[in-house]
Amino acid sequence: MIGDWLDIGPVGQIAPGNARTLPVRRGDGTLIHEIAIFHTSDNRFHALVNRCPHKAGPLSQGIVHGSVVTCPLHSWNISLKTGEALGEGAEERGACVPIIPLKVDAGRIYLLRSAVMGGATPSARAA
Amino acid sequence: MNAPMNLKPRMNPGDQRDGAIREKLVVVGNGMAGCRAVEEILARDGVRYAITIFGAEPRVNYNRIMLSPVLAGEKRFDEIVINPVAWYEDNAITLVSGDAVVAIDRAAKTVTAASGRVEPYDRLLLATGSDPFIIPVPGKDLAGVVTFRDLDDVDKMVAAAEKGGAAVVIGGGLLGLEAAHGLSLRGMNVTVIHLMPTLMERQLDEAAGWLLKAELEARGQTILTGADTAEILGADGHVAGVRLKDGREIPADIVVMAVGIRPATALAKSAGLAVERGIVVDDHMVTSDPAIMAVGECVQHRGACYGLVAPLWDMCRALADAATEADSAKGYTGSVTSTKLKVSGIDLFSAGDFSGGDGAEDIVMRDAARGLYKRVVVKDGRLVGAVLYGDTADGGWYFDLLKRGEDISAIREALIFGQAFASGGTQLDPNAAVAALSDDAEICGCNGVSKGTVVACINGGAATLDAVRGTCKASASCGSCTGLVESLLALTLGDEYGGERAEKTLCKCTSFTHGEVRRHIVEKGLRAIPQVMQELHWSTPDGCASCRPALNYYLLCALPGEYVDDQQSRFVNERMHANIQKDGTYSVVPRMWGGLTNPRELRAIADVVEKFNAPMVKVTGGQRLDIFGIKKEDLPAVWADLNAAGMVSGHAYGKSLRTVKTCVGSEWCRFGTQDSTGLGVKIEHMTWGSWMPHKFKIAVSGCPRNCAEATIKDFGVICVDSGYELMVGGNGGIKLRGTDLLCKVATEVEAMEVCAAFIQLYREQAYYLERTAPWIERVGLEAVKSALFDDPEAVAALARRFHFSQSFMQDDPWAKRAAGADAQLHQHLAEVRPFPAAQMESAK
Ligand code: SRM
Ligand SMILES: Cc1cc2nc3c(=O)[nH]c(=O)nc-3n(C[C@H](O)[C@H](O)[C@H](O)COP(=O)(O)OP(=O)(O)OC[C@H]3O[C@@H](n4cnc5c(N)ncnc54)[C@H](O)[C@@H]3O)c2cc1C
Ligand code: SF4
Ligand code: FES
Repeated sequence: MIGDWLDIGPVGQIAPGNARTLPVRRGDGTLIHEIAIFHTSDNRFHALVNRCPHKAGPLSQGIVHGSVVTCPLHSWNISLKTGEALGEGAEERGACVPIIPLKVDAGRIYLLRSAVMGGATPSARAA
Repeated sequence: MNAPMNLKPRMNPGDQRDGAIREKLVVVGNGMAGCRAVEEILARDGVRYAITIFGAEPRVNYNRIMLSPVLAGEKRFDEIVINPVAWYEDNAITLVSGDAVVAIDRAAKTVTAASGRVEPYDRLLLATGSDPFIIPVPGKDLAGVVTFRDLDDVDKMVAAAEKGGAAVVIGGGLLGLEAAHGLSLRGMNVTVIHLMPTLMERQLDEAAGWLLKAELEARGQTILTGADTAEILGADGHVAGVRLKDGREIPADIVVMAVGIRPATALAKSAGLAVERGIVVDDHMVTSDPAIMAVGECVQHRGACYGLVAPLWDMCRALADAATEADSAKGYTGSVTSTKLKVSGIDLFSAGDFSGGDGAEDIVMRDAARGLYKRVVVKDGRLVGAVLYGDTADGGWYFDLLKRGEDISAIREALIFGQAFASGGTQLDPNAAVAALSDDAEICGCNGVSKGTVVACINGGAATLDAVRGTCKASASCGSCTGLVESLLALTLGDEYGGERAEKTLCKCTSFTHGEVRRHIVEKGLRAIPQVMQELHWSTPDGCASCRPALNYYLLCALPGEYVDDQQSRFVNERMHANIQKDGTYSVVPRMWGGLTNPRELRAIADVVEKFNAPMVKVTGGQRLDIFGIKKEDLPAVWADLNAAGMVSGHAYGKSLRTVKTCVGSEWCRFGTQDSTGLGVKIEHMTWGSWMPHKFKIAVSGCPRNCAEATIKDFGVICVDSGYELMVGGNGGIKLRGTDLLCKVATEVEAMEVCAAFIQLYREQAYYLERTAPWIERVGLEAVKSALFDDPEAVAALARRFHFSQSFMQDDPWAKRAAGADAQLHQHLAEVRPFPAAQMESAK
């Protein structure tokens, strides 16, 4: 698909309750960022920058429950829908990771191209 | 009714209307949407159009959704006809059935049918429905592979069922399950193959999907979830079975493909109309050609395609308004849909968006005794989704609330109990509602305890929930009445009731403690995480990061060899079989039995460090080597190299046996009393690979100088001249605790037997994430001793259970990954590089 949405392949590539990663690089190979794409057990898909707002833990490796992922490093709970940290702690409040707009169409996953390329849209709270 | 028909209308289509020639309306598709659209048009203006309907099927219009009851033998075809021959005749409609339209000439405004018949139109309506999707596997064209879309498909299935045998249904969605149900009622041996782990995953969550699966299995169907079809096997041109990608083969006399539908757009596409997923229409169901309209499953409206009938009715109304230029032509704005499964005896309802989280709040109610699961999702004070299993009486009410989008905050507390409760003006304060109950009202259904009994037991001194559970058994079984009992405690004790449970619950998802959950799993014979959540009334749909790993462990411990580990319930380290580091890379610790190594192992480790540019390699506190900085993509290759040198996973990441530290012992040391190194190696071979409530460390010291630090280990052995002192419950770590002496034995064999028995006792009794030190502090050393030694058979019995469990566990997880298992956990999905043309390359 051309245009605003980038086709990243069929939904079957990510098992429910799992996440997979998508590194985004410049032409010279340096990493812009890595995106984590999640498939929840109630069959929704979400994409976030794969960097916990706490200390940059790889969210893709956390346990997914509901539409929340628990970061593997220090167990912050991050909303897959908004990228916000859900805890009440002083550090957690207001912390959030950029989300990448995603849509599923005819069994394929699409990400918003501009966000993938690094112009990540700020999440709900920051907006 | 199966022969092609060409009904001649009684009225002449060329009839005059107020002196003008009637406009010619041609409808392609004699199905549910096409005919309903015609009905709606006729209801508004009976004489405006001269109508011709083409239908590819050789019959009149019938209610397609009732094909399921026809297949199940609950209805006959004539009972599901919507528009009989007389309807076409009475309305002067020419029906051309059994003749598909194959081309549209938009310039000449004609359609051409397969028979060669050409029909001119002023207005054309496309209502071609959907085509069943066929997965492109070898064997898909064999005789005996059928879809489930029209009456011919049903006839084929009925004919196959008459011969008996086995049926495989590919696809565990609505359609597939209805096909499976029908075939199974007709006596076939049915297997459903579903790609996803949850049946009907588009409509159900994990909890409801699990209940459905359990029910269908109880009815004799075999349900294989997470199963991917590789090939349909044939013999003499006829289907003979299905082979899955994991190699399993299932014999079949008929294979039903029910994996999904695609809007039937070929005709529209070849006519040059705007087609994306479906035929693109505006709010008046007009396509990119103003003379051509489209309706039903074949269309795409505001980006959405539908696969259910309810939206079609709304579309047909909007279409008819526009086609007759009705004043009230508001247009179609899209539909919210709900789903019910038409399998007799299974009540299931789903509507809206039930993905939880953020602003969206889940309210879950479970009643294990009645097999009930209800989940409603509320967001910004509005109901946005509902899943009901077991009792769908309130489905319509929820659906209505959902569509109206009204603020439901006022009934929020009572919402989950359904319409009668929420709108019945019942007191919303739960305490007040409980206070209003009579003394003989039943509080606990499982144990038949009345309100009077509970109150008497509280007045008799049971001042906490645990005390009530212990005395009169109320809320001690399934726990669904916990809230009621707590209300009674609050009402009876007033300010004296602290509201605090003596022991904390496992997590916020349940009112049970770890101990209670463990006991229920064993007593009720629970076998899967969703089942535990259902039977014990979890308040969330799929648990949280605390309870999922705990339940996974409890089930694994209770059902050795049977329970299938749930990867999604494992903390990252146990899922990746390596330790995650702060930068997201992993560290790899191969096992070094008893701390011994050799040149071959050391060389392999050195090679791995160089080959994968590992930035650091370190001797650990557990007497082995740790290789740092390995990327998740490289782990399988690293493991393959280590495996090749004979090394297996060291489980440095697991709630499992970690290390067995040893000292040099009698082989070399001048003070050594026994072969501590040899015993340590033997113990490690016996215990490696076992999953535990928490990590477990062992050490064997050759004399009381204790160079292996055995007295701060979970299980320590101090060798002495006369034998072995077995020490337990030690902990370095955060809270230092020295071991207690468990017993003294004379031989290595006894030492190993007691070690196995002690581990098994810990595995069976401790709470998840409780190490041996806090476990022994909690239950007391005497209790541990008495569990092991009061009954002279106990040690042997526990050890036997440990060895049995080990027979399934001692299987190197690295070797499987190195051989390619779970490759998706290690690979990136793809990689994006914006230059030159922003295209992607697969990383694979
Ligand atoms: C690598 C190692 C340190 C080292 O370089 O020597 C180590 C490293 C970690 N330890 Fe340890 N511990 C290591 C020996 C120890 C020891 C010494 C021992 O085993 O004799 C102790 C004290 C003894 C004990 O456990 O009682 C120890 C007490 C802990 C604790 C505290 C446990 C407690 O009950 O209080 C933790 C935290 C936890 O497990 O929750 C911990 C957790 C960790 C973790 C897993 C932290 C984490 O969750 O990421 C570290 C992982 C690093 C990695 O990626 O490998 N580590 N850790 C040692 C690995 C031994 C091995 O070969 O497997
Ligand atoms: C077994 C089964 C059970 C179902 N159960 C439910 C349910 O419980 N609830 C629910 O809401 N929905 C259910 N559905 C879906 C529902 O039946 C459809 O949404 C509905 O029939 C769609 O109507 P339609 O007119 O768009 O398509 P159809 O009803 O399929 O009508 C299209 C017609 O067009 C004909 N046609 C196609 N191309 C041409 C051509 N070129 N020329 C001439 N004719 C052509 C086809 O042969 C077909 O007869 C079920 C479907 C099936 C198959
Ligand atoms: S002592 Fe602390 S910092 Fe050192 S390895 Fe153990 S957990 Fe990590
Ligand atoms: S980095 Fe995610 S919780 Fe610390």
